[in-house]
Amino acid sequence: MAQGGPDAGLGVYLPLVLIFVLALAFATLSVLLGPLLGPSRFNRAKFSAYECGIEPSPQPLVGAGRMPVAYYVTAMLFILFDIEMVFLFPYAVSADALGLWGVAAATLFIATFFIADAYVWRRGGLDWN
Amino acid sequence: MTPLLAQVQEPMTRAELLADDPLWLILIKAVVLMLVGPVLTVVMIVGERKIVGRMQNRPGPNRVGPFGSLQAIADAIKLPFKEQVIPDTADRKVYFLAPIIAVVPALIGLAAIPFGPEVTIFGERTVLQLVELPVGVLLVLAGASIGVYGIVLAGWASGSPYPLLGGMRSAAQVISYEIAMGLAIIGVVLYAQSMATGEIVEAQASGWYFYLLLPSFVIYLISMVGETNRAPFDLPEAESELVGGFHTEYSSMKFAMFFLAEYTNMVIVSAFATTLFLGGWMFPFVGLDSPLNQGWFPVLWFFGKMFVLLFGFIWLRGTLPRFRYDQFMKLGWKVLVPAGLVWLVLIALVRAIRNDGNVSTGQILVIGGIAIVVIVLLTLLLPEKKIEDDDSVPTTGSDYPVPPLDLKVPETTPRRKALKAKAKSGKRTEALASTKEGSDGDL
Repeated sequence: MAQGGPDAGLGVYLPLVLIFVLALAFATLSVLLGPLLGPSRFNRAKFSAYECGIEPSPQPLVGAGRMPVAYYVTAMLFILFDIEMVFLFPYAVSADALGLWGVAAATLFIATFFIADAYVWRRGGLDWN
Repeated sequence: MTPLLAQVQEPMTRAELLADDPLWLILIKAVVLMLVGPVLTVVMIVGERKIVGRMQNRPGPNRVGPFGSLQAIADAIKLPFKEQVIPDTADRKVYFLAPIIAVVPALIGLAAIPFGPEVTIFGERTVLQLVELPVGVLLVLAGASIGVYGIVLAGWASGSPYPLLGGMRSAAQVISYEIAMGLAIIGVVLYAQSMATGEIVEAQASGWYFYLLLPSFVIYLISMVGETNRAPFDLPEAESELVGGFHTEYSSMKFAMFFLAEYTNMVIVSAFATTLFLGGWMFPFVGLDSPLNQGWFPVLWFFGKMFVLLFGFIWLRGTLPRFRYDQFMKLGWKVLVPAGLVWLVLIALVRAIRNDGNVSTGQILVIGGIAIVVIVLLTLLLPEKKIEDDDSVPTTGSDYPVPPLDLKVPETTPRRKALKAKAKSGKRTEALASTKEGSDGDL
Protein backbone atom coordinates (compact mmCIF):
# COMPACT_ATOMS: atom_id res chain seq x y z
CA MET A 1 0.00 0.00 0.00
CA ALA A 2 1.04 3.59 -0.53
CA GLN A 3 2.97 5.46 2.13
CA GLY A 4 1.26 8.14 4.21
CA GLY A 5 2.04 11.82 4.24
CA PRO A 6 1.35 14.58 1.79
CA ASP A 7 2.83 12.64 -1.11
CA ALA A 8 0.60 9.62 -0.51
CA GLY A 9 -1.05 8.09 -3.54
CA LEU A 10 -4.70 7.33 -3.99
CA GLY A 11 -4.27 4.35 -1.64
CA VAL A 12 -5.29 6.51 1.33
CA TYR A 13 -8.74 6.79 -0.19
CA LEU A 14 -9.25 3.00 -0.26
CA PRO A 15 -10.98 2.81 3.17
CA LEU A 16 -13.33 5.55 1.99
CA VAL A 17 -14.33 3.52 -1.06
CA LEU A 18 -14.84 0.52 1.19
CA ILE A 19 -17.15 2.30 3.62
CA PHE A 20 -19.01 3.86 0.68
CA VAL A 21 -19.73 0.41 -0.77
CA LEU A 22 -20.86 -0.83 2.66
CA ALA A 23 -23.14 2.16 3.19
CA LEU A 24 -24.61 1.84 -0.30
CA ALA A 25 -25.32 -1.87 0.27
CA PHE A 26 -26.94 -1.12 3.64
CA ALA A 27 -29.15 1.63 2.21
CA THR A 28 -30.19 -0.33 -0.89
CA LEU A 29 -31.04 -3.46 1.10
CA SER A 30 -33.06 -1.44 3.60
CA VAL A 31 -35.06 0.28 0.87
CA LEU A 32 -35.71 -3.03 -0.88
CA LEU A 33 -36.75 -4.63 2.42
CA GLY A 34 -39.92 -2.50 2.62
CA PRO A 35 -41.88 -3.95 -0.31
CA LEU A 36 -40.74 -7.50 0.59
CA LEU A 37 -41.91 -7.49 4.21
CA GLY A 38 -44.77 -5.01 4.17
CA PRO A 39 -48.37 -5.74 3.14
CA SER A 40 -49.85 -4.40 -0.08
CA ARG A 41 -53.57 -3.60 -0.02
CA PHE A 42 -55.05 -1.61 -2.88
CA ASN A 43 -57.05 1.51 -2.15
CA ARG A 44 -57.64 4.19 -4.79
CA ALA A 45 -57.45 7.15 -2.39
CA LYS A 46 -54.20 5.94 -0.87
CA PHE A 47 -52.27 6.52 -4.09
CA SER A 48 -53.23 10.14 -4.64
CA ALA A 49 -50.95 12.94 -3.47
CA TYR A 50 -51.63 13.94 0.13
CA GLU A 51 -53.22 17.35 0.50
CA CYS A 52 -54.99 17.14 3.85
CA GLY A 53 -57.99 15.35 2.37
CA ILE A 54 -58.94 17.79 -0.38
CA GLU A 55 -58.91 16.81 -4.03
CA PRO A 56 -55.20 16.90 -5.05
CA SER A 57 -54.20 19.83 -7.22
CA PRO A 58 -53.26 18.89 -10.79
CA GLN A 59 -49.57 18.03 -11.23
CA PRO A 60 -47.35 17.76 -14.32
CA LEU A 61 -46.85 14.25 -15.70
CA VAL A 62 -43.34 13.89 -14.24
CA GLY A 63 -42.04 15.47 -11.02
CA ALA A 64 -43.60 18.35 -9.16
CA GLY A 65 -45.05 21.74 -10.04
CA ARG A 66 -43.74 25.28 -9.95
CA MET A 67 -41.81 26.88 -7.12
CA PRO A 68 -41.07 30.46 -6.00
CA VAL A 69 -38.29 32.15 -7.96
CA ALA A 70 -36.61 33.39 -4.76
CA TYR A 71 -35.01 29.96 -4.36
CA TYR A 72 -33.07 30.48 -7.61
CA VAL A 73 -31.64 33.75 -6.32
CA THR A 74 -30.51 32.00 -3.14
CA ALA A 75 -28.95 29.20 -5.17
CA MET A 76 -26.99 31.66 -7.31
CA LEU A 77 -25.80 33.57 -4.25
CA PHE A 78 -24.69 30.28 -2.76
CA ILE A 79 -22.54 29.52 -5.80
CA LEU A 80 -20.95 32.96 -5.50
CA PHE A 81 -20.04 32.48 -1.85
CA ASP A 82 -19.10 28.85 -2.21
CA ILE A 83 -16.51 29.79 -4.83
CA GLU A 84 -15.21 32.36 -2.38
CA MET A 85 -14.85 29.64 0.25
CA VAL A 86 -13.13 27.31 -2.21
CA PHE A 87 -10.41 29.94 -2.64
CA LEU A 88 -10.19 30.83 1.04
CA PHE A 89 -9.48 27.25 2.19
CA PRO A 90 -6.09 26.99 0.42
CA TYR A 91 -5.23 30.49 1.61
CA ALA A 92 -6.01 29.51 5.22
CA VAL A 93 -3.77 26.42 5.06
CA SER A 94 -0.75 28.46 3.96
CA ALA A 95 -1.60 31.74 5.68
CA ASP A 96 1.52 31.68 7.88
CA ALA A 97 3.80 31.23 4.89
CA LEU A 98 2.15 34.07 2.96
CA GLY A 99 2.28 36.58 5.81
CA LEU A 100 0.92 40.12 5.56
CA TRP A 101 0.93 40.09 1.77
CA GLY A 102 -1.44 37.12 1.89
CA VAL A 103 -3.77 38.96 4.27
CA ALA A 104 -3.88 41.95 1.94
CA ALA A 105 -4.68 39.73 -1.04
CA ALA A 106 -7.36 37.79 0.85
CA THR A 107 -8.93 41.00 2.17
CA LEU A 108 -9.07 42.43 -1.34
CA PHE A 109 -10.68 39.22 -2.54
CA ILE A 110 -13.28 39.23 0.24
CA ALA A 111 -13.98 42.94 -0.32
CA THR A 112 -14.77 42.22 -3.98
CA PHE A 113 -17.41 39.74 -2.83
CA PHE A 114 -18.73 42.22 -0.32
CA ILE A 115 -19.55 44.58 -3.18
CA ALA A 116 -21.65 41.91 -4.87
CA ASP A 117 -23.23 41.06 -1.54
CA ALA A 118 -24.03 44.72 -0.80
CA TYR A 119 -25.62 45.09 -4.24
CA VAL A 120 -27.87 42.07 -3.74
CA TRP A 121 -28.71 43.23 -0.22
CA ARG A 122 -29.62 46.71 -1.47
CA ARG A 123 -31.77 45.32 -4.29
CA GLY A 124 -33.69 43.17 -1.81
CA GLY A 125 -32.35 39.83 -3.01
CA LEU A 126 -31.96 38.64 0.58
CA ASP A 127 -35.51 39.53 1.62
CA TRP A 128 -38.19 36.87 1.81
CA ASN A 129 -41.78 38.00 1.82
CA MET B 1 4.83 -8.24 18.41
CA THR B 2 5.67 -7.93 22.09
CA PRO B 3 4.72 -4.81 24.06
CA LEU B 4 8.43 -4.15 24.68
CA LEU B 5 9.18 -4.03 20.96
CA ALA B 6 6.19 -1.80 20.36
CA GLN B 7 7.59 0.77 22.78
CA VAL B 8 10.96 0.85 21.10
CA GLN B 9 9.47 1.65 17.69
CA GLU B 10 9.93 5.19 16.48
CA PRO B 11 6.83 7.45 16.55
CA MET B 12 4.86 7.54 13.33
CA THR B 13 2.39 10.12 12.08
CA ARG B 14 -1.30 9.29 11.94
CA ALA B 15 -1.31 9.03 8.16
CA GLU B 16 1.64 6.61 8.22
CA LEU B 17 -0.01 4.47 10.86
CA LEU B 18 -3.22 4.32 8.84
CA ALA B 19 -1.40 3.52 5.61
CA ASP B 20 0.02 0.38 7.25
CA ASP B 21 -3.39 -0.99 8.24
CA PRO B 22 -4.14 -4.45 6.90
CA LEU B 23 -7.42 -4.95 5.03
CA TRP B 24 -9.17 -6.83 7.86
CA LEU B 25 -8.56 -3.92 10.23
CA ILE B 26 -9.91 -1.39 7.72
CA LEU B 27 -12.97 -3.60 7.29
CA ILE B 28 -13.59 -3.81 11.06
CA LYS B 29 -13.21 -0.05 11.42
CA ALA B 30 -15.51 0.64 8.45
CA VAL B 31 -18.27 -1.61 9.79
CA VAL B 32 -18.02 -0.19 13.32
CA LEU B 33 -18.00 3.41 12.02
CA MET B 34 -20.99 2.74 9.80
CA LEU B 35 -22.93 1.33 12.75
CA VAL B 36 -22.09 4.24 15.08
CA GLY B 37 -24.67 6.38 13.28
CA PRO B 38 -27.65 3.97 13.46
CA VAL B 39 -26.85 2.91 17.06
CA LEU B 40 -26.61 6.52 18.22
CA THR B 41 -29.83 7.26 16.30
CA VAL B 42 -31.65 4.64 18.38
CA VAL B 43 -30.16 6.09 21.58
CA MET B 44 -30.97 9.63 20.49
CA ILE B 45 -34.61 8.91 19.67
CA VAL B 46 -35.34 7.49 23.13
CA GLY B 47 -33.17 10.10 24.82
CA GLU B 48 -34.82 12.95 22.93
CA ARG B 49 -38.36 11.77 23.66
CA LYS B 50 -37.57 11.23 27.33
CA ILE B 51 -35.75 14.55 27.78
CA VAL B 52 -38.28 16.63 25.82
CA GLY B 53 -40.99 14.84 27.76
CA ARG B 54 -39.42 15.79 31.07
CA MET B 55 -38.97 19.37 29.86
CA GLN B 56 -42.70 19.49 29.14
CA ASN B 57 -43.70 17.92 32.47
CA ARG B 58 -44.73 14.53 31.07
CA PRO B 59 -43.03 11.16 31.40
CA GLY B 60 -42.25 10.43 27.74
CA PRO B 61 -42.21 6.84 26.44
CA ASN B 62 -42.40 4.39 29.36
CA ARG B 63 -44.08 1.23 28.06
CA VAL B 64 -41.58 -0.74 25.96
CA GLY B 65 -38.70 -2.11 28.03
CA PRO B 66 -37.40 -0.67 31.29
CA PHE B 67 -38.30 3.06 31.41
CA GLY B 68 -39.29 2.89 27.75
CA SER B 69 -35.69 2.41 26.69
CA LEU B 70 -36.53 -0.08 23.94
CA GLN B 71 -39.10 2.17 22.27
CA ALA B 72 -36.83 3.16 19.37
CA ILE B 73 -35.90 -0.47 18.67
CA ALA B 74 -39.58 -1.41 18.63
CA ASP B 75 -40.22 1.40 16.13
CA ALA B 76 -37.28 0.30 14.00
CA ILE B 77 -38.65 -3.26 13.86
CA LYS B 78 -42.15 -2.02 13.12
CA LEU B 79 -41.23 0.16 10.12
CA PRO B 80 -40.19 -2.54 7.58
CA PHE B 81 -43.50 -4.34 8.17
CA LYS B 82 -45.54 -1.30 7.13
CA GLU B 83 -46.96 -0.96 3.65
CA GLN B 84 -45.09 1.32 1.29
CA VAL B 85 -47.37 3.73 -0.51
CA ILE B 86 -46.13 5.43 -3.67
CA PRO B 87 -48.37 8.21 -5.03
CA ASP B 88 -49.42 7.95 -8.68
CA THR B 89 -47.88 11.33 -9.45
CA ALA B 90 -44.42 10.27 -8.25
CA ASP B 91 -41.39 9.93 -10.49
CA ARG B 92 -40.70 6.36 -9.41
CA LYS B 93 -36.96 6.05 -10.19
CA VAL B 94 -35.95 9.22 -8.38
CA TYR B 95 -38.48 8.45 -5.65
CA PHE B 96 -36.60 5.21 -4.87
CA LEU B 97 -33.18 6.78 -5.25
CA ALA B 98 -33.73 9.79 -2.96
CA PRO B 99 -33.62 8.01 0.43
CA ILE B 100 -30.44 6.19 -0.62
CA ILE B 101 -28.78 9.47 -1.65
CA ALA B 102 -29.80 11.01 1.67
CA VAL B 103 -28.52 8.22 3.89
CA VAL B 104 -25.22 7.15 2.24
CA PRO B 105 -23.27 10.39 2.93
CA ALA B 106 -24.66 10.35 6.46
CA LEU B 107 -23.30 6.84 7.02
CA ILE B 108 -19.81 7.61 5.71
CA GLY B 109 -19.62 11.07 7.31
CA LEU B 110 -17.75 9.86 10.39
CA ALA B 111 -14.89 8.40 8.32
CA ALA B 112 -12.56 11.38 8.75
CA ILE B 113 -13.31 12.01 12.44
CA PRO B 114 -10.43 11.08 14.78
CA PHE B 115 -11.86 9.20 17.78
CA GLY B 116 -8.59 8.64 19.61
CA PRO B 117 -4.81 8.47 19.55
CA GLU B 118 -2.58 5.52 18.73
CA VAL B 119 -3.86 2.16 20.00
CA THR B 120 -3.07 -1.50 19.39
CA ILE B 121 -5.85 -3.67 17.97
CA PHE B 122 -4.96 -7.41 17.85
CA GLY B 123 -1.24 -6.56 17.88
CA GLU B 124 -1.56 -4.01 15.07
CA ARG B 125 -0.56 -0.39 15.74
CA THR B 126 -3.13 2.01 14.39
CA VAL B 127 -5.18 5.12 15.24
CA LEU B 128 -8.90 5.25 15.91
CA GLN B 129 -9.80 6.83 12.61
CA LEU B 130 -10.70 5.39 9.23
CA VAL B 131 -8.93 7.84 6.91
CA GLU B 132 -6.59 10.74 7.64
CA LEU B 133 -6.85 12.75 4.44
CA PRO B 134 -4.99 16.01 3.76
CA VAL B 135 -8.47 17.42 3.01
CA GLY B 136 -10.39 15.67 5.79
CA VAL B 137 -12.35 18.81 6.67
CA LEU B 138 -13.67 19.10 3.13
CA LEU B 139 -14.79 15.46 3.21
CA VAL B 140 -17.05 16.07 6.21
CA LEU B 141 -18.35 19.32 4.75
CA ALA B 142 -19.09 17.66 1.41
CA GLY B 143 -20.85 14.73 3.06
CA ALA B 144 -23.06 17.07 5.06
CA SER B 145 -24.15 18.93 1.93
CA ILE B 146 -24.54 16.01 -0.49
CA GLY B 147 -27.29 14.71 1.80
CA VAL B 148 -29.47 17.65 0.73
CA TYR B 149 -29.63 16.18 -2.80
CA GLY B 150 -31.62 13.31 -1.29
CA ILE B 151 -34.01 15.72 0.41
CA VAL B 152 -34.60 17.99 -2.57
CA LEU B 153 -35.00 15.04 -4.95
CA ALA B 154 -37.44 13.42 -2.53
CA GLY B 155 -39.51 16.59 -2.51
CA TRP B 156 -39.43 16.87 -6.30
CA ALA B 157 -40.07 13.22 -7.07
CA SER B 158 -43.10 12.92 -4.79
CA GLY B 159 -45.21 14.91 -7.26
CA SER B 160 -47.11 16.67 -4.50
CA PRO B 161 -47.08 20.34 -3.45
CA TYR B 162 -46.12 20.02 0.23
CA PRO B 163 -43.05 17.82 -0.28
CA LEU B 164 -41.88 20.11 -3.09
CA LEU B 165 -42.02 23.17 -0.83
CA GLY B 166 -40.32 21.26 1.99
CA GLY B 167 -37.55 20.07 -0.32
CA MET B 168 -36.95 23.54 -1.74
CA ARG B 169 -36.90 25.08 1.71
CA SER B 170 -34.44 22.50 2.90
CA ALA B 171 -32.11 23.05 -0.05
CA ALA B 172 -32.12 26.83 0.40
CA GLN B 173 -31.62 26.43 4.13
CA VAL B 174 -28.70 24.01 3.93
CA ILE B 175 -26.83 25.96 1.26
CA SER B 176 -27.33 29.24 3.15
CA TYR B 177 -25.99 27.90 6.42
CA GLU B 178 -23.22 25.92 4.78
CA ILE B 179 -21.51 29.19 3.86
CA ALA B 180 -21.56 30.41 7.46
CA MET B 181 -20.34 26.98 8.58
CA GLY B 182 -17.54 26.98 6.03
CA LEU B 183 -16.39 30.44 7.13
CA ALA B 184 -16.27 29.25 10.75
CA ILE B 185 -14.21 26.23 9.68
CA ILE B 186 -11.78 28.39 7.69
CA GLY B 187 -10.92 30.13 10.97
CA VAL B 188 -9.95 26.80 12.49
CA VAL B 189 -7.94 25.81 9.42
CA LEU B 190 -6.13 29.15 9.62
CA TYR B 191 -5.08 28.47 13.20
CA ALA B 192 -4.21 24.78 12.77
CA GLN B 193 -2.49 25.41 9.40
CA SER B 194 -3.89 22.09 8.21
CA MET B 195 -7.08 20.60 6.81
CA ALA B 196 -6.36 17.11 8.15
CA THR B 197 -8.73 16.42 11.05
CA GLY B 198 -6.19 14.49 13.12
CA GLU B 199 -3.66 17.30 12.88
CA ILE B 200 -6.32 19.86 13.86
CA VAL B 201 -6.96 17.93 17.08
CA GLU B 202 -3.25 17.69 17.84
CA ALA B 203 -2.83 21.41 17.14
CA GLN B 204 -5.29 22.08 19.98
CA ALA B 205 -2.93 20.60 22.57
CA SER B 206 -1.89 24.17 23.48
CA GLY B 207 -5.46 25.47 23.71
CA TRP B 208 -8.87 24.46 22.48
CA TYR B 209 -10.28 26.58 19.72
CA PHE B 210 -13.71 27.15 21.24
CA TYR B 211 -12.34 29.97 23.39
CA LEU B 212 -9.49 31.01 21.10
CA LEU B 213 -11.96 31.37 18.22
CA LEU B 214 -15.15 32.07 20.13
CA PRO B 215 -17.03 33.88 17.31
CA SER B 216 -16.20 31.04 14.92
CA PHE B 217 -17.51 28.55 17.46
CA VAL B 218 -20.77 30.46 17.93
CA ILE B 219 -21.28 30.75 14.16
CA TYR B 220 -20.57 27.04 13.77
CA LEU B 221 -23.03 26.08 16.53
CA ILE B 222 -25.85 28.12 15.00
CA SER B 223 -25.19 26.94 11.47
CA MET B 224 -24.91 23.29 12.49
CA VAL B 225 -28.48 23.44 13.78
CA GLY B 226 -29.56 25.08 10.52
CA GLU B 227 -27.61 22.58 8.43
CA THR B 228 -29.28 19.57 10.07
CA ASN B 229 -32.82 21.01 9.79
CA ARG B 230 -33.42 20.78 13.54
CA ALA B 231 -35.60 22.93 15.77
CA PRO B 232 -35.72 25.94 15.94
CA PHE B 233 -34.71 25.79 12.27
CA ASP B 234 -36.83 22.76 11.31
CA LEU B 235 -38.69 24.65 8.57
CA PRO B 236 -38.48 21.91 5.89
CA GLU B 237 -40.65 19.68 8.06
CA ALA B 238 -42.73 22.32 9.77
CA GLU B 239 -45.73 20.13 10.48
CA SER B 240 -48.05 23.08 11.02
CA GLU B 241 -47.23 24.48 7.57
CA LEU B 242 -46.12 21.64 5.33
CA VAL B 243 -47.65 18.45 6.81
CA GLY B 244 -44.43 16.38 6.93
CA GLY B 245 -42.26 18.43 4.58
CA PHE B 246 -40.17 16.53 2.06
CA HIS B 247 -41.06 13.09 3.44
CA THR B 248 -44.85 13.54 3.43
CA GLU B 249 -45.26 10.91 0.70
CA TYR B 250 -42.69 8.48 2.10
CA SER B 251 -43.55 5.47 4.20
CA SER B 252 -42.07 2.22 5.47
CA MET B 253 -38.28 1.75 5.23
CA LYS B 254 -37.80 4.72 2.90
CA PHE B 255 -39.15 7.00 5.60
CA ALA B 256 -36.85 5.26 8.10
CA MET B 257 -33.88 6.10 5.86
CA PHE B 258 -34.70 9.83 6.02
CA PHE B 259 -35.11 9.61 9.76
CA LEU B 260 -31.78 7.80 10.07
CA ALA B 261 -30.08 10.39 7.87
CA GLU B 262 -31.39 13.28 9.97
CA TYR B 263 -30.20 11.87 13.29
CA THR B 264 -26.90 10.61 11.90
CA ASN B 265 -26.24 14.07 10.49
CA MET B 266 -26.76 15.47 13.97
CA VAL B 267 -24.17 13.02 15.26
CA ILE B 268 -21.75 13.99 12.47
CA VAL B 269 -21.95 17.75 12.97
CA SER B 270 -21.59 17.27 16.75
CA ALA B 271 -18.57 15.03 16.27
CA PHE B 272 -17.13 17.56 13.84
CA ALA B 273 -17.66 20.42 16.31
CA THR B 274 -15.92 18.33 18.96
CA THR B 275 -13.00 17.74 16.58
CA LEU B 276 -12.67 21.34 15.44
CA PHE B 277 -13.37 23.32 18.59
CA LEU B 278 -13.51 21.12 21.68
CA GLY B 279 -10.13 19.42 21.43
CA GLY B 280 -11.41 16.16 19.93
CA TRP B 281 -10.36 13.19 22.02
CA MET B 282 -8.17 15.17 24.44
CA PHE B 283 -8.87 15.38 28.16
CA PRO B 284 -8.89 18.99 29.39
CA PHE B 285 -6.03 20.48 31.48
CA VAL B 286 -3.55 17.60 30.91
CA GLY B 287 -0.84 17.27 28.29
CA LEU B 288 -0.73 14.80 25.41
CA ASP B 289 1.68 12.56 27.37
CA SER B 290 -0.67 12.11 30.33
CA PRO B 291 -2.05 8.57 30.78
CA LEU B 292 -5.53 10.07 30.42
CA ASN B 293 -4.69 10.86 26.80
CA GLN B 294 -3.27 7.44 25.93
CA GLY B 295 -4.84 4.24 24.71
CA TRP B 296 -8.61 3.78 24.70
CA PHE B 297 -9.68 6.38 27.31
CA PRO B 298 -9.84 9.29 24.82
CA VAL B 299 -12.80 7.61 23.08
CA LEU B 300 -14.76 8.25 26.28
CA TRP B 301 -13.80 11.93 26.36
CA PHE B 302 -14.74 12.25 22.69
CA PHE B 303 -18.18 10.75 23.14
CA GLY B 304 -18.70 12.74 26.35
CA LYS B 305 -18.13 16.03 24.51
CA MET B 306 -20.28 14.85 21.64
CA PHE B 307 -23.18 13.95 23.92
CA VAL B 308 -23.06 17.41 25.49
CA LEU B 309 -23.59 18.89 22.03
CA LEU B 310 -26.31 16.37 21.19
CA PHE B 311 -28.08 17.27 24.43
CA GLY B 312 -27.86 20.88 23.27
CA PHE B 313 -29.84 19.91 20.14
CA ILE B 314 -32.58 18.37 22.29
CA TRP B 315 -32.54 21.29 24.70
CA LEU B 316 -33.02 23.72 21.81
CA ARG B 317 -35.98 21.70 20.58
CA GLY B 318 -37.56 21.71 24.01
CA THR B 319 -37.01 25.45 24.51
CA LEU B 320 -37.35 27.51 21.35
CA PRO B 321 -40.30 27.98 18.99
CA ARG B 322 -39.76 27.62 15.26
CA PHE B 323 -38.35 30.54 13.27
CA ARG B 324 -40.29 32.18 10.49
CA TYR B 325 -38.68 31.51 7.11
CA ASP B 326 -37.79 35.14 6.33
CA GLN B 327 -36.30 35.61 9.81
CA PHE B 328 -34.29 32.47 9.34
CA MET B 329 -32.84 33.48 5.97
CA LYS B 330 -32.17 36.96 7.33
CA LEU B 331 -30.16 35.52 10.21
CA GLY B 332 -28.10 33.40 7.82
CA TRP B 333 -27.36 35.90 5.07
CA LYS B 334 -27.42 39.23 6.89
CA VAL B 335 -25.85 38.28 10.22
CA LEU B 336 -23.84 35.06 10.13
CA VAL B 337 -22.16 35.41 6.72
CA PRO B 338 -20.97 39.05 7.12
CA ALA B 339 -19.93 38.38 10.72
CA GLY B 340 -17.99 35.29 9.62
CA LEU B 341 -16.20 37.21 6.86
CA VAL B 342 -15.25 40.14 9.09
CA TRP B 343 -14.02 37.82 11.85
CA LEU B 344 -11.97 35.87 9.32
CA VAL B 345 -10.21 38.99 8.03
CA LEU B 346 -9.59 40.06 11.62
CA ILE B 347 -7.93 36.83 12.77
CA ALA B 348 -5.92 36.55 9.56
CA LEU B 349 -4.64 40.08 10.12
CA VAL B 350 -3.79 39.55 13.80
CA ARG B 351 -2.00 36.31 13.03
CA ALA B 352 0.03 37.82 10.20
CA ILE B 353 1.02 40.86 12.27
CA ARG B 354 2.09 38.59 15.13
CA ASN B 355 4.18 36.36 12.86
CA ASP B 356 5.69 39.02 10.58
CA GLY B 357 6.08 42.10 12.74
CA ASN B 358 7.52 40.55 15.91
CA VAL B 359 4.54 41.85 17.87
CA SER B 360 3.30 39.70 20.73
CA THR B 361 -0.35 38.72 21.14
CA GLY B 362 -0.46 40.76 24.34
CA GLN B 363 0.47 43.97 22.52
CA ILE B 364 -2.16 43.30 19.84
CA LEU B 365 -4.78 42.71 22.52
CA VAL B 366 -3.84 45.93 24.33
CA ILE B 367 -3.99 47.99 21.14
CA GLY B 368 -7.26 46.32 20.10
CA GLY B 369 -8.69 46.95 23.55
CA ILE B 370 -7.76 50.64 23.42
CA ALA B 371 -9.37 50.91 19.97
CA ILE B 372 -12.59 49.33 21.25
CA VAL B 373 -12.68 51.63 24.31
CA VAL B 374 -12.19 54.71 22.08
CA ILE B 375 -15.00 53.58 19.77
CA VAL B 376 -17.33 52.96 22.72
CA LEU B 377 -16.53 56.38 24.20
CA LEU B 378 -17.17 58.04 20.83
CA THR B 379 -20.56 56.36 20.56
CA LEU B 380 -21.41 57.70 24.03
CA LEU B 381 -20.89 61.22 22.65
CA LEU B 382 -23.66 60.69 20.11
CA PRO B 383 -26.88 62.42 21.20
CA GLU B 384 -29.41 59.95 22.52
CA LYS B 385 -32.68 59.64 20.65
CA LYS B 386 -35.63 60.57 22.83
CA ILE B 387 -38.24 57.88 22.87
CA GLU B 388 -41.71 59.29 23.30
CA ASP B 389 -43.68 56.94 25.47
CA ASP B 390 -47.30 57.61 24.59
CA ASP B 391 -48.55 54.18 25.53
CA SER B 392 -47.62 54.40 29.21
CA VAL B 393 -50.23 52.63 31.28
CA PRO B 394 -51.46 54.52 34.36
CA THR B 395 -50.95 52.50 37.50
CA THR B 396 -52.30 52.76 41.01
CA GLY B 397 -50.06 52.96 44.02
CA SER B 398 -49.72 49.18 44.07
CA ASP B 399 -48.43 49.05 40.46
CA TYR B 400 -51.57 47.39 39.07
CA PRO B 401 -52.52 48.78 35.66
CA VAL B 402 -55.74 50.75 35.65
CA PRO B 403 -58.05 50.47 32.63
CA PRO B 404 -58.74 53.79 30.89
CA LEU B 405 -61.81 55.36 32.42
CA ASP B 406 -63.05 57.25 29.34
CA LEU B 407 -62.85 54.05 27.19
CA LYS B 408 -62.34 55.94 23.97
CA VAL B 409 -62.18 53.83 20.80
CA PRO B 410 -58.64 54.06 19.36
CA GLU B 411 -58.43 56.46 16.44
CA THR B 412 -56.39 54.32 14.09
CA THR B 413 -55.83 50.60 13.99
CA PRO B 414 -54.17 48.96 10.98
CA ARG B 415 -57.52 47.47 9.97
CA ARG B 416 -59.32 50.79 10.28
CA LYS B 417 -56.59 52.45 8.23
CA ALA B 418 -56.90 49.84 5.50
CA LEU B 419 -60.67 50.24 5.42
CA LYS B 420 -60.35 54.01 5.20
CA ALA B 421 -57.84 53.76 2.39
CA LYS B 422 -60.08 51.32 0.58
CA ALA B 423 -63.07 53.60 0.90
CA LYS B 424 -60.99 56.51 -0.38
CA SER B 425 -59.66 54.60 -3.40
CA GLY B 426 -63.17 53.33 -4.11
CA LYS B 427 -64.41 56.92 -4.20
CA ARG B 428 -61.57 57.89 -6.48
CA THR B 429 -62.34 55.19 -9.01
CA GLU B 430 -65.96 56.17 -8.86
CA ALA B 431 -65.01 59.77 -9.49
CA LEU B 432 -62.74 58.74 -12.34
CA ALA B 433 -65.49 56.64 -13.85
CA SER B 434 -67.93 59.53 -13.62
CA THR B 435 -65.51 61.96 -15.29
CA LYS B 436 -64.93 59.42 -18.01
CA GLU B 437 -68.64 59.08 -18.53
CA GLY B 438 -68.88 62.83 -18.57
CA SER B 439 -66.17 63.15 -21.23
CA ASP B 440 -67.83 60.40 -23.22
CA GLY B 441 -71.02 62.34 -23.07
CA ASP B 442 -69.22 65.43 -24.37
CA LEU B 443 -67.95 63.51 -27.33
